[in-house]
Amino acid sequence: MIAAIRPKVELLSPALIERVIGEALRILEREGVLFENAEARSLFSAAGAIVDEAHSRVRVGRQLVEESLSKTPASVTLYDRMGETSYVVGGDEVHFDPGSAGTRVVDHRTNRERPPVTDDLVTFARLTDALPNFHFQSTGLVSSDVPPVIGDSYRVYIALLHSAKPIVTGTFRVEGFGPMRDMLAAVRGGPEELRRKPLAIFDACPSPPLKWSHLTSQSLIDCARAGIPSELISMGMTGASSPATIAGTLVQHVVENLAGLVLCQLAAPGAPVIFGGSPSSFDMRKGTTPMGAVETMMIDMAYAQIGKSLRLPTHAYMALSDAKTADAQAGYETGIGAVLAALAGVNVVSGPGMLNYESSVSFEKLVIDDEICGMAYRLLDGIAGREIPLAEHLFHDFKPDTQFLTLPHTRTWYRLEHRHSPLPDRDTYDAWVAAGGKTIADRASERARDILETRAARTPEANLAHELRRVILEDARRCGVDSLPV
Amino acid sequence: MDLTLQSMAQMAQSIIDGDKDAALRLARDVLSGGGDPQTAVEEGFIPGIQKVGALWESGDYFLPELLASAEAMKAAMSVLRPALAAGRAAALSQGKVVLGTVEGDIHDIGKNLVAALLSANGFEVIDLGADVTIERFIVAAEESGADIIGLSALLTTTMLGQRRLIDELNRRGLRAKYAVLVGGAPVTQKWADEIGADGYGENALAAVRAAKTLAGRR
Repeated sequence: MIAAIRPKVELLSPALIERVIGEALRILEREGVLFENAEARSLFSAAGAIVDEAHSRVRVGRQLVEESLSKTPASVTLYDRMGETSYVVGGDEVHFDPGSAGTRVVDHRTNRERPPVTDDLVTFARLTDALPNFHFQSTGLVSSDVPPVIGDSYRVYIALLHSAKPIVTGTFRVEGFGPMRDMLAAVRGGPEELRRKPLAIFDACPSPPLKWSHLTSQSLIDCARAGIPSELISMGMTGASSPATIAGTLVQHVVENLAGLVLCQLAAPGAPVIFGGSPSSFDMRKGTTPMGAVETMMIDMAYAQIGKSLRLPTHAYMALSDAKTADAQAGYETGIGAVLAALAGVNVVSGPGMLNYESSVSFEKLVIDDEICGMAYRLLDGIAGREIPLAEHLFHDFKPDTQFLTLPHTRTWYRLEHRHSPLPDRDTYDAWVAAGGKTIADRASERARDILETRAARTPEANLAHELRRVILEDARRCGVDSLPV
Repeated sequence: MDLTLQSMAQMAQSIIDGDKDAALRLARDVLSGGGDPQTAVEEGFIPGIQKVGALWESGDYFLPELLASAEAMKAAMSVLRPALAAGRAAALSQGKVVLGTVEGDIHDIGKNLVAALLSANGFEVIDLGADVTIERFIVAAEESGADIIGLSALLTTTMLGQRRLIDELNRRGLRAKYAVLVGGAPVTQKWADEIGADGYGENALAAVRAAKTLAGRR
């Protein structure tokens, strides 16, 4: 056996990485970053950073950054709801999860967007749970049939009830953290057990340029103290909220993420932090933020490379599209993004299922994207010399009618070497016509229906479900919400 | 000093080039040289911004050029508008817009685009920035005699502020005085209808179209 090499793509030269980090450290030290959160500023101040209270500005020296980096774990291990299956987020491990916080869903009957309701959140969680190439689930939809004030915690409630996969989520309000943490801790049997076996990642987005809002800083602090991994989601838009050049945007990205990372380490040394992001190439005609642009993917790959050079776990919003329906654009943007993310070794890749600048979810696309992610994983497995000799022995004494279908060698290896998926069209033309001339979206829709009709949901046992319900109802009451759809 | 064709071509060109310094200088030269501000605006600067609009429509100009031209136009008008006869100034203005991102929300790129495009299209824009309280919107609208209040929100949580502003205008008996325009990523026509907004812009250009429609109605 000759082992496969892991296929890998890097976009930045060592000199450019060094330059980006160097400029970022100087900006952090000289210009600083705005932190709206008073507790965050006092943590920085106590650690010797220069804090300008009048302007909420924090200047962080190189030494504090380096100390913080040395305290940050190089990897984080997540566990599913049962605490059995583990997922290492670090090294070159790649985990795909659907994109998050969509405020629209594409209705498969009309092929038009509409606001998602609780039923859609349940469908989303159940499909994500069943689709094998998503290692994590995400709170990918915001339910329009509950008041927005509890929109964040309610998503986690539905996710925990209908899927056992680890969750990528985040808060919409400072008060949202408590009930969300309580539900996660209830799954584990307590806060310390949750710390030992993290079940969720919380995204926190700085506001470009160089600003951390009150809410997101608080999320970093709260997560750090609870041992919940924070994903730093810097999101410059080239030429709009960050420099127009890709390298220039990388500098800002590193400043914002490092500022967040230092805060996490000040709140709780050793806190798990993931170097992530959702930057984009800004469309100078439409004023939109295309996630499917190749430059967006290049920024993602590049900051992930920088994150790796700092020995940090990484994340990116890739494998998604700006198309409005599960069409060819959705396929090519998602496909290119997924493959590039995998080749870049991004640890958490959020995006599958999403359309329309991270705002909308299509269940058909979710199913198609699972297939794309499966292809990306296969690519990462690379090519091994599975047995030695490789093939010489198969040609020993070969005859004109030698074929391979019946060889034991074929039966030994074909399943391991080749993926078999019923989703892409691999019929002959006549067979395709005879089967109704279906598109990939048609087949994906059928697969989704099949999963929902035939696969039993992995629901938590009754006591846990009861406890989760108690937490969400208490949160709802605190927010003045009298009833919930489920 | 009579304004020469050449100087008016320079005025237009300063707008086309998005050269704010040149536009300012040319506008000041008009006043210091005793030229007619109305001629300068109507035959110098406005043809410039019209050409910019044409370059945008034809796909030659992108947002950075458009915004630079809008800034240059705003600078020239800030010098010349006070010198125009009152009736003329009003006729040149499409209307006054008080604009901001609602309380709790610090995202202002979309709002900034709307502000620049409104200015370029002849609106007087009072930009209150981001994280603006309902009270500040109302005070600014009352003090400036605005026609339109424009509210941006990026988050599903903060878009509730748009409804609160409309409720507050109703409560104070001020609702009829202002057209309310809403926009931002989570905002939809349905939401605008639900909260009783007068207009909705899915993007910055749509916001300008909506503002023009609203201004035309008033």
